[in-house]
Amino acid sequence: MIQVQNLTKRFGKLTAVDQISFDIKAGESVALWGENGAGKTTALRCLLGVIPYDGLVTLNDYNTMKQSKKARHLMGFVPQEMNFHDDMVVHETIYFYARLKKTTAKSEHVAALLERLGLISFIHRRVGELSGGMKQRLALVIALLSDPPVLILDEPTANLDVKARDDFLALLIELNQSGKTLLFSSHRLEEVVTLADRVLVLDSGRLIADCPPAELSDHLGNKAKLKLHFDGEKWLVPAVETLLGHGYSAERNGTGVWVQVVPLEKARPISLLAEAGIPVADFQIE
Amino acid sequence: MIDLSNVITLSQKELNDARRNRWFILYAVAFTGLALALSWLALSGVGTYGLAGFGRTGASLVNLVLLVVPLMGLTLGALSLAGERERGTLLYLLTQPISQAELLLGKFAGLALAILVALVLGFGLSGLLIAWQGGATDAGNYVTLVLMAFGLALASLSLGFLISSATGKSATAVGIALFLWLLLVFFGDLGLMGTAIVLRIDVDQLFTLALLNPLQLFKMAAILLIRSNLEVLGPAGVYAVRTYGSQLLALLLAILVAWTIIPLVGTYLIFKKKGVL
Repeated sequence: MIQVQNLTKRFGKLTAVDQISFDIKAGESVALWGENGAGKTTALRCLLGVIPYDGLVTLNDYNTMKQSKKARHLMGFVPQEMNFHDDMVVHETIYFYARLKKTTAKSEHVAALLERLGLISFIHRRVGELSGGMKQRLALVIALLSDPPVLILDEPTANLDVKARDDFLALLIELNQSGKTLLFSSHRLEEVVTLADRVLVLDSGRLIADCPPAELSDHLGNKAKLKLHFDGEKWLVPAVETLLGHGYSAERNGTGVWVQVVPLEKARPISLLAEAGIPVADFQIE
Repeated sequence: MIDLSNVITLSQKELNDARRNRWFILYAVAFTGLALALSWLALSGVGTYGLAGFGRTGASLVNLVLLVVPLMGLTLGALSLAGERERGTLLYLLTQPISQAELLLGKFAGLALAILVALVLGFGLSGLLIAWQGGATDAGNYVTLVLMAFGLALASLSLGFLISSATGKSATAVGIALFLWLLLVFFGDLGLMGTAIVLRIDVDQLFTLALLNPLQLFKMAAILLIRSNLEVLGPAGVYAVRTYGSQLLALLLAILVAWTIIPLVGTYLIFKKKGVL
């Protein structure tokens, strides 16, 4: 459905996206994973055909640069920054974008979306008065107005609290199960594991891995740091020794212990310490 | 292929936005207020209301148009793309199934209509004031003057769009637009006179230089409409009338149209090359 060949985007001397190639089949859910500045957002903008690029990107055989209108008819987009016209009210905004998408804003489909995303009671409110989370939901409603086969989402849960994030992810999973193709960028590992069938790992604009989410940690190494707190300083030395004994890099730091952890196995040091009879009172992750 | 329904949708939105745009409201109120004030003065200047008519009031409005309309077109045009680019709304708009040309045309048409509304309001209320005082003699010329002012507005708006497409920040775009306005308004006549004296250029070259300024084009066309000659503009005006005769007005208006089309094409090319960032 989506074919990307040697996609390259340069801003002056900076190469934001460097010769990346991949295919996405219909119905797949694919994550673009990478740290901030890895080139995820730029790659998505190239796919949408809103910035010029080198290489070839096609969506259902439509070249997204030369046939961008036709390609964008098949896509719905949820941006990272919610850039609506703040002076318009919600229903005006939906009506405006529905006209551009050649669809209606007064269908059962739209009403159900508004209900499902909790926007129904906000339709007379100015967009500028909505919270970041509500704007994100509005962006999803707009993306789904014409029921496109492909959804492109840039950090879709970046502005959402924990509860809203879970709801949003559940809806995206439903949409994927109903046959929609998802391509989303994220730097949240949990989100990628929950939602993606495949992960494309970007590093400094280059595609360094194309793997299932379960294998993502192999490409990332010990990136996260866990700080453990105990009931009293007497546990600090045995905790460090226990963790070092299990191959972790751990060190005492003030009243706690810092330990480097493997993504997707962040709680493992806690269970190891519990097995060793060392009770962990609290923890924080960096 | 341009989809007209997209252009209409975008221009309607632009027109709605103009109602909430403080710059536009300020310009519209200022233009209407000054137009009414000038009409009142033009009417009272002859001692008896009603004797001035549209011709005299139109002449007094020419200077107002030369001052306010380019300022309105240049700044609103400069704010249009740069402002939306800065807010990120331009990027989101272009992720919809619309082309860059449709977006440009829609925004341009919407702002042009908004300016037309402001012009019609200003000229219209002034016209009503004159008609109320019994001076409705040159109504046809008055309407032509409004249309020519609209032509100047389109050329200014187009130049504003060109500035907007080339700059990333709205403050920079407005700064450049104001500088250009200053250049066109205050250094039009004075600059030409100065250049003519210093370089000792011929009268035909002086006239050619005047054609490079859309404000001069409007001024010449408006004076030609009201007085049927350009003697008031000196040797260059006399030369223009003698050389081009009855074709002069059409020539001036055609160049004004070119001043609208060429910057707009330039805007499209820059926009296409730069993308929305």
